[in-house]
Amino acid sequence: MLSIKDLKVKVEGRDILKGINIDVKPGEVHAIMGPNGSGKSTLAATLAGKDTFEVTSGEVRYLGKDLLDLSPEDRAREGIFLGFQYPVEIPGVSMVNFLRTALNEHMKYKGEKPLSAGDFLKLMREKKELVDINSDLTSRSVNEGFSGGEKKKNEIFQMALLNPRLAILDETDSGLDIDALRIVAKGVNNLRSKDNAIIVITHYQRLLDYIVPDYVHVLYNGKIVKSGDKTLAYELEKNGYDWIRQESDINV
Amino acid sequence: MTSEQDKIINEVTGNDYKYGFETLIETETLPKGLNEEIVRAISAKKDEPEWMTELRIKAFRHWQTMQMPDWAHLKIPKIDYQDIIYYAAPKQKPSLDSLDDVDPELIDTFNKLGIPLEEQKLMTGVAVDAVMDSISVKTTFSETLAKLGIIFCSFSDAVKNYPDLVKKYMGSVVPYTDNFFAALNSAVFSDGSFCFIPKGVRCPMELSTYFRINAANTGQFERTLIVAEDDSYVSYLEGCTAPQRDENQLHAAIVEIVTMENAEVKYSTVQNWYPGNKDGVGGIYNFVTKRGICKGDNSKISWTQVETGSAITWKYPSCILKGDNTTAEFYSVAVTNNYQQADTGTKMIHIGKNSKSVIVSKGISAGKSQNSYRGLVKVLKGAENARNFSQCDSLLLGDKCGAHTFPYIEVDNDSAIVEHEATTSKIGEDQIFYCNQRGIETENAIGLIVNGYAKEVLNKLPMEFAVEAQKLLAISLEGSVG
Repeated sequence: MLSIKDLKVKVEGRDILKGINIDVKPGEVHAIMGPNGSGKSTLAATLAGKDTFEVTSGEVRYLGKDLLDLSPEDRAREGIFLGFQYPVEIPGVSMVNFLRTALNEHMKYKGEKPLSAGDFLKLMREKKELVDINSDLTSRSVNEGFSGGEKKKNEIFQMALLNPRLAILDETDSGLDIDALRIVAKGVNNLRSKDNAIIVITHYQRLLDYIVPDYVHVLYNGKIVKSGDKTLAYELEKNGYDWIRQESDINV
Repeated sequence: MTSEQDKIINEVTGNDYKYGFETLIETETLPKGLNEEIVRAISAKKDEPEWMTELRIKAFRHWQTMQMPDWAHLKIPKIDYQDIIYYAAPKQKPSLDSLDDVDPELIDTFNKLGIPLEEQKLMTGVAVDAVMDSISVKTTFSETLAKLGIIFCSFSDAVKNYPDLVKKYMGSVVPYTDNFFAALNSAVFSDGSFCFIPKGVRCPMELSTYFRINAANTGQFERTLIVAEDDSYVSYLEGCTAPQRDENQLHAAIVEIVTMENAEVKYSTVQNWYPGNKDGVGGIYNFVTKRGICKGDNSKISWTQVETGSAITWKYPSCILKGDNTTAEFYSVAVTNNYQQADTGTKMIHIGKNSKSVIVSKGISAGKSQNSYRGLVKVLKGAENARNFSQCDSLLLGDKCGAHTFPYIEVDNDSAIVEHEATTSKIGEDQIFYCNQRGIETENAIGLIVNGYAKEVLNKLPMEFAVEAQKLLAISLEGSVG
């Protein structure tokens, strides 16, 4: 589904990703862990198409297409969803209007008719229940005045509504209390299917108790330095990142 | 990042102005230039009574003693007032008793503008006075409204049919001595709308005037006068467009509003005069004096304006809060793109006790444009407990445009409370990327973000206008990201 080969990315002239290789197949959940500044968010934003990041080499194939060739909006319409670490506020634009505009763009791209207002509101109600989001959040402006937890839940709500093929969740668990974490996990697990794939970026093993990954990758200093199954996450939790640092620095 | 920004900003194409077509119709004009003879000729063309001719002459003589104001944050090229045609009218039959008498070309023109003049085709609940160049083409629903005692007609008809009302109120809010453009307008004004709502009547439909400049080399000088007697209410809409031409054209209008006790007038404008092309060639010079007086106690005037057009805009819809417990509001969205310049805002003059005013101004600048808010809040000695709240926000798209705020506050009463808030922000790349990531392309994202920013003002517009205005905002700014 997603195949990243030797991906190198510069941000403001600095090398951040130094040759990433990951293969994601339909139905899989991959967790990417790593210390601060290792390049996790850069990887997520690069996949979503943030234009301030410069891809200097490598290749990303997604569903048989050259992903790097697509505009950010086309990537979204092709089913890539990025759950933002810091969701952006858009004052005066209601969630309803925002999501309806977004969903209609997806429909148009697929050559389908846009949903009627009634059908859209019905769909919204369904998805709202799914992620247990406070019902007045959707009548407010996009993320404006939302608490940290509400913003993260709102990301999952949008994901549920847009129903992506590949969801990339960038530290969606940071700053969440245990209840919110459960809700986020529930939303993600609902999306899990044999056709969809999920990449979870996180600092902590905690989230992975709820979203059980098939693979865990450790990103350090712009490279995947270790990959394994979920037990790798426990090891990291127990021993911290220092042993990874030592191990990889020795290798260098 | 910068090159990407530049690229997108450079895509500011100033989009094809949708209303730039010209109607090929025989036009009757007076010779270029301005002197007493021309003023008298305009008056004669309109078959005016002596008192009106005299008023014009007085205004003209006063205008000759005046200088163009230069205090605004505008670069106005020198205007040769002798190089303008002051009267142009589509040639047609002398009386327009039914629509059958109106030239089909004219009906077609207004159809193209989305303003059908056949009553049955109009949006329900909107009566229209259609003004092209110097004359009113057609006023719809006049008869329906007359049954309620409401007068809604062209200004010329009002001068003929209701001279006492016109004499009493015309110039009572904006005297010809008020400013350079007001004096000019008073001397050469051509037509416009007159509206009178009698005591106790709530006007059941939106009244609207649609102004269209068509002829080349002409100026347009219309006036609107709205009088709302005790306990009455009316909502008034104004729209304007002009053909795309390389030369600049002058538009200097006057709007006067009078509200008596407990009366309310809501005045909404969507100003979309031709703004010039993306290199700043052509466009309308829009120098307008709009003022209302809340004369009776408990009366209310509300100005809402969406300004997207004109090469240069100089306009300050104002209110004199004369009665006690009066309320005045000014809600404005002003968009400038390419080389457009706008210096717009309001004046709130508090005279009555417990008078309240609210100012919400949202400026949006893109391209190489300059956008200024200029507002005066003045509280006179007797205005006990006067209140004002002003909020002036500026949104910048790109780094070649300018946004400026010039608030003036003069308070002569200690019990008054005047608040002013101002913000300046940019549309963030992160906001646009967030929209992109949800599948919304950049152009639509900007439309969404800008409409969100202006929502507080757009919400004040009557429904039919609000939808149009939203589209207009998005179109005016297509491609201009920063």
